[in-house]
Amino acid sequence: MTGAYSKKGDVWKLISVLVLGLYAVILIYPLCRLFKEAVISSDGKFTLDGFKAFFSKSYYVGSIGNSLKVSIATTLISLAIGVPLAYFYQMYEIKGKSLLQVLVILCSMSAPFIGAYAWIVLMGRSGIFTKILGSIGIHVGSIYGFNGILLVLSLQLFPLVFLYVCGALKNIDNSLLEASMNMGCSGAKMFLTVVIPLCMPTIIAASLLVFMRAFADFGTPLLIGEGYETFPVVIYDAYFAETGGNHMFGATVSIIGIVITAGIFLIQNWFSNRHHFTMNALHSIERKQAHGIRNVLINIYCWFVVCLSFMPQVYVIYSSFQKTSGKLFVKGYTLDSYRFAFTHLRKAIPNTFMIGISALVIVIILAILIAYLVVRRSNTANKVIDTLSMIPYIIPGSVIGIALVLSFSRRPILLTGTVAIMVIALIIRRIPYTIRSSVAVLQQIPLTIEEAAISLGSSKMKTFFTVTVPMMGNGIISGAILSWVTIITELSTAVILYNANTVTLTLAVYTYVSRGSYGVAAAYATILTVTTILSLLIYMKVTGNKEVSL
Amino acid sequence: MSVDIRIRNAVKKYGDTTIITNLSLDIKEGEFFTLLGPSGCGKTTLLRMIAGFNSIEGGDFFFNSVRINDMDPVKRNIGMVFQNYAIFPNLTVEKNVAFGLKNRKLSKEEITAKTDQFLKLMKIEEYRTRMPERLSGGQQQRVALARALAITPDVLLMDEPLSNLDAKLRVEMRTVIKEIQNKIGITTVYVTHDQEEAMAVSDRIAVMNKGDIQQIGIPKVLYQRPANLFVATFIGRTNLLKSRMEIADGKPFVALPGNHKLQLDTVKEDELKPQDVIVSIRPEELYVKQDGEDGVTAYVDDAVFLGLNTHYFIHFENGEKAEIIQESQIDSIIAKGTKISLGVKTHKINVFDSEGKRNLVKGVVNDLDAYNGAR
Repeated sequence: MTGAYSKKGDVWKLISVLVLGLYAVILIYPLCRLFKEAVISSDGKFTLDGFKAFFSKSYYVGSIGNSLKVSIATTLISLAIGVPLAYFYQMYEIKGKSLLQVLVILCSMSAPFIGAYAWIVLMGRSGIFTKILGSIGIHVGSIYGFNGILLVLSLQLFPLVFLYVCGALKNIDNSLLEASMNMGCSGAKMFLTVVIPLCMPTIIAASLLVFMRAFADFGTPLLIGEGYETFPVVIYDAYFAETGGNHMFGATVSIIGIVITAGIFLIQNWFSNRHHFTMNALHSIERKQAHGIRNVLINIYCWFVVCLSFMPQVYVIYSSFQKTSGKLFVKGYTLDSYRFAFTHLRKAIPNTFMIGISALVIVIILAILIAYLVVRRSNTANKVIDTLSMIPYIIPGSVIGIALVLSFSRRPILLTGTVAIMVIALIIRRIPYTIRSSVAVLQQIPLTIEEAAISLGSSKMKTFFTVTVPMMGNGIISGAILSWVTIITELSTAVILYNANTVTLTLAVYTYVSRGSYGVAAAYATILTVTTILSLLIYMKVTGNKEVSL
Repeated sequence: MSVDIRIRNAVKKYGDTTIITNLSLDIKEGEFFTLLGPSGCGKTTLLRMIAGFNSIEGGDFFFNSVRINDMDPVKRNIGMVFQNYAIFPNLTVEKNVAFGLKNRKLSKEEITAKTDQFLKLMKIEEYRTRMPERLSGGQQQRVALARALAITPDVLLMDEPLSNLDAKLRVEMRTVIKEIQNKIGITTVYVTHDQEEAMAVSDRIAVMNKGDIQQIGIPKVLYQRPANLFVATFIGRTNLLKSRMEIADGKPFVALPGNHKLQLDTVKEDELKPQDVIVSIRPEELYVKQDGEDGVTAYVDDAVFLGLNTHYFIHFENGEKAEIIQESQIDSIIAKGTKISLGVKTHKINVFDSEGKRNLVKGVVNDLDAYNGAR
């Protein structure tokens, strides 16, 4: 640390303390409560009954197996789709590549369960495609159960792999590929022996993200699983099965969930430490025009997977204008679904914006402060903050929901059923991502610029607000808009915390899908999709480019 | 096995802009050949055309008698060293060197033997298990060279390989590169914008400007008998003085400032006619005469002591400025403002036509002339 920063009584020390205090209340305390609930019986004695109950039933243990199977398969398929897509996208000229990228991003930003329900309508027992294909004698397998979950999650999550790997490909220097060609290695062989290994750190990071999302996803298996019980569903069921003050089993299952995801994280960490190296590109790869059959195949591949992935959203928008009779769609078009949507759950739209924006503002402020502490004031306390801020990354959303309910459903802090608890949940969920991107932005800004400002007589705080924050500006805003989109589509935590007063658009979709009122659900989902598209357009306008990275 | 390279009437276009209009060139087998020129002159473009990374819009490229225009870069059997080395950051030194060998269907023993041989040759054996990010610039350069040579290429291409190194390492590495090239005897094409570096390593140099070759020759000829004004100013430093050549008694004379007449014995016979000229005198071709001796009068503006030599910045009586280099003397540096008398090493200086396109002096060898018929 430089001399200018080591003075005592620094305002940043105070901020460190405040941030630590905040984490203690909204993260550490709830996790401790959760743990206590799991191992202390109602009469105040230490017990492992919850764990015994869990491990004695093959149904529960099996759900872990199911979740692992789903998550691993989803991760592999997402990689198999996303990595080649990113490679083609960065290496070759694809027809309409800007639109292609926008669609990929939109795919990644819709709530998975919307995809699940669209696929049921399209390919389910009485689905449109099932009927059409059936009439010409083609019988596709069942969309329900493991296959359906896999289909929905893979199509939902490969865009994350795509976006991550595109970022990595941009960092590969063109001369590395030329060197490879020079030494007799090109085409598919080069892809496998040079490009993939160079992207390995990113591929590992993307795998973890996909795995965690798949593992924690709750809406998809609930809708399309049909008896294929995954772990988040068990957590949810366990939580709602218990009434009154006793949440021992729900808490126990949650703890088991954290242990599993933490284990996965450690394995990933071990892998990524082994594959660590740095790259920066002097000359990025230039897109080439492929020729002949190669060009055709590349274009077909890219557009096929993206269209397949985007189809559910198109269908949802389409069906929101369809006439309904009871729960069924009938011939003809109408705006009735919208009329119903706007007259019922009237609070959903204002809630979505109020909760979303409050969470977003707090997330951004916290992320900037924490990023600054971590990057510029590295000390023990701030390292602890850094670690704490990453904990939510590996905790399934429903577990966070349960922990918050357990902690804040009684005095002195009574928050259940309020907007505040929804906001807190979103802050906890989103902050790891926003901090990571803020840290990355801040690391790009040389310390000497701040030192220059201070040497010119600007105070430390003034320097921070007038020099540092504006320089981080663009990076923060672009990160914030993407955070916003994930905030408004969040389900797994909110579904545990919400009530009629704090319902949001995503929850409204979920509510009506689970009631079978697909028309209304489609209307809500369309509003959500339009909001997402608008946010994305604003993002592109603000950042001035068409390259989105998460 | 080394090859000779023949390039005939090469054309390179990016869209509508033509970078190289019509370029012909022969590189001999085993030769260390350098493309030298300012940035943007097309030297790297030409190198990448040879490597196969740039398309060729016209002309023919041959390795021996094989036309390579449409040959896949993978099949050209070229070793290439990139400006930023392009070392795979995810592979150890050893694996980087072995990378090309693994694509050659060699036995494991052969790969190991070859890898060892080149690690040893480049003196990087001790770093074999290191990751590239833990190597210094010079070491990375050695890895890149070992990797390029390990595949026993027909041609070695080097694209400004030393530009990322500090001055001292650059001098050290260029010696290493020259030594290795001599030892292996591989046809090498080297691209640089540093004329001193080019002279230090090359057998022959092609000086390029704006997509055209100006002169091809051995370093000594390029420096002492540049074909035109561009070559004279790009290679080394020189003072240019506008003058007029007059013939008296069949002998050519040029006038230097102060109307000091200089008789030239080196002018080509067919240029012996009165004409406007540009006289190019390199700083070391001027010398300070002892007191009283007749010479070109000048005044010292500034002196820079650089150890071996002292540079003097001077102006003539007509106000034209010039630079001269003298071996440093033990007694003292000539003070600013001193009036001095300068002599000229007449046999060394060059005289160009008024547009700077032709050198009027004998002894200019430009291998480019061989293609003028073909142009």
